[in-house]
Amino acid sequence: MNILNFINAFFSDSAHWQGYDGIPTRLGEHVQYTLEALAIAAAIGLPVGLVTGHYGRGGNALAFIAVAGRAVPTFGLLVLMTLSLGFGLINVMIPLVVLAVPPILVTSYEAMRSVDPAPVDAARGMGMHEVEVLFRVELPVALPLILGGLRSAAIQIVSTATIAAYVSLGGLGRYIVDGLYQRNYEKVVGGAALVALMALATLAVFWGITRLTVSRGVLRSN
Amino acid sequence: MIRIDSVTKRYPDGTVAVDRLSLEIPDRSITVLVGPSGCGKTTTLRMINRMVEPSEGTILIDGKDSRQQSVNTLRRSMGYVIQNAGLFQHRTIVDNIATVPRMLGWGKEKARARARELMERVGLDGSLAKRYPYQLSGGQQQRVGVARALAADPPVLLMDEPFSAVDPIVRKGLQDELLRIQDELGKTIVFVTHDIDEAVKIGTMVAVMRTGGKLAQYAPPAELLSNPADAFVEDFLGTDRGIRRLSFFPSAGLRLLTAPVVAVDATAEQIAARGTSEAPYLLVTDVDGRPLGWIEPGDLTAGGVDATRLVSYGRPFLAGTDSLRAALDCAVLSPTGWAVGVDAEGRVAGVVSQQAIGEAIRGAHAEGRTDAQVAR
Repeated sequence: MNILNFINAFFSDSAHWQGYDGIPTRLGEHVQYTLEALAIAAAIGLPVGLVTGHYGRGGNALAFIAVAGRAVPTFGLLVLMTLSLGFGLINVMIPLVVLAVPPILVTSYEAMRSVDPAPVDAARGMGMHEVEVLFRVELPVALPLILGGLRSAAIQIVSTATIAAYVSLGGLGRYIVDGLYQRNYEKVVGGAALVALMALATLAVFWGITRLTVSRGVLRSN
Repeated sequence: MIRIDSVTKRYPDGTVAVDRLSLEIPDRSITVLVGPSGCGKTTTLRMINRMVEPSEGTILIDGKDSRQQSVNTLRRSMGYVIQNAGLFQHRTIVDNIATVPRMLGWGKEKARARARELMERVGLDGSLAKRYPYQLSGGQQQRVGVARALAADPPVLLMDEPFSAVDPIVRKGLQDELLRIQDELGKTIVFVTHDIDEAVKIGTMVAVMRTGGKLAQYAPPAELLSNPADAFVEDFLGTDRGIRRLSFFPSAGLRLLTAPVVAVDATAEQIAARGTSEAPYLLVTDVDGRPLGWIEPGDLTAGGVDATRLVSYGRPFLAGTDSLRAALDCAVLSPTGWAVGVDAEGRVAGVVSQQAIGEAIRGAHAEGRTDAQVAR
């Protein structure tokens, strides 16, 4: 099989494992872009989703923002950013964040809405403050769904962060873009395989986080 | 004492949930709010801990307006139990119960020790402490709900249809348990239900509410059953309120006959001496005095009894302890029409006929319901 040969050739070439264009460097850059974009998207999406979900207001506005966010063409936005701002990491971050906010926002809102109202009523009735109700009663139960939203956002970022290479930045997209340009398909396939592996690794990381942070009482009762 | 003083709850859309309700809730007793759905009973309960704020009127707790203290301080001084328990599914049973003590700043170990103590009090096995709510039955979850409400030892307990979602057998167990706990702890309990039988069973005072949030009658259960204030209350009490009222008359006054009772190892002379003209049958007991069944006098011979000749005695009642309702029920269930009264060990104390129970009922009515009410 051609593709397997490509992959084999790509990974067994020792030149691909060192230097500024080596796999560790590019992978490190890709992880960095992903974590930064995810952190910014979560910093925007989580508080808004949790608070609107807690109070049960603004669902329609959120749905609108989500649809709008998903309709924005990531690549087009990147080009637009670069044309107006020049080259830089921020041009990549903005499209990635726009891509990642909707799933985080919508799932955290929905997760909070889907919490059984009875324990929330009981918590208020026993004299808990609203902040305690949100963090001690609703959040622990909503956590699996919220993590699910973060997971889809993370995977979308991982696969889309390849576009950074189009505006002269690093990351695993470098192999794909350069490979295509140089007609070096071994490089293209190798880069794509690394992106796919990283997406799978992201799934594994989120599985681990879920196991560590979600109470057994919640995991089993859903 | 909790005093509800001409309280009205009107919602922005104009619906009146509670209409100028006034109610004095006595300390250390169970006050039941009962009525059809939409009568404002839950709203009334939720106004006591300010989950709902009254539109007009005041609620006084020990003479102080409930709005004088902060909402959360007020709520922490009142246990709150809701339908389906509302347990925190991410916390273990012991941590669910320890919630309020933890909120009040108790240390983790002290709060957990208190939680375990309460598990025992509400009849939960200590082995359930580390379980999660999903691992418990509905009845067990409701017990946890009660324990959680009692954890910080609040003087007041608000219970909103706490036993409505469990099956009738479990519900009866929970009701008995609540009455037992109340005997030990003497809380001021406000209890909402739509089930008039539950209200009559557990209430010291019962407030019947009607649609539109108006109080129809506020009285002890026995008086409610004997003197419904109007057609609505009478209708709400149901068709068998006469029978239910018998629950409030003790069976202690019944004249139990021992003449028709004969032990299975009796001699021929003893058998011949037993029986009375009043009773057409003899009740055979085992050597310890526990009932075996009824038999025609002619079918009983010394030295053993033919089991196939025995007629079932139905179900016995506890003589003196059970009510006239229980005694009458036993007589109705018994094929011979006679009820068997037993003592705490299950030994026959005597037998009584439907006619004799009927006379006792007439006597009790004549003596007046007041005695029965005082006894409660």
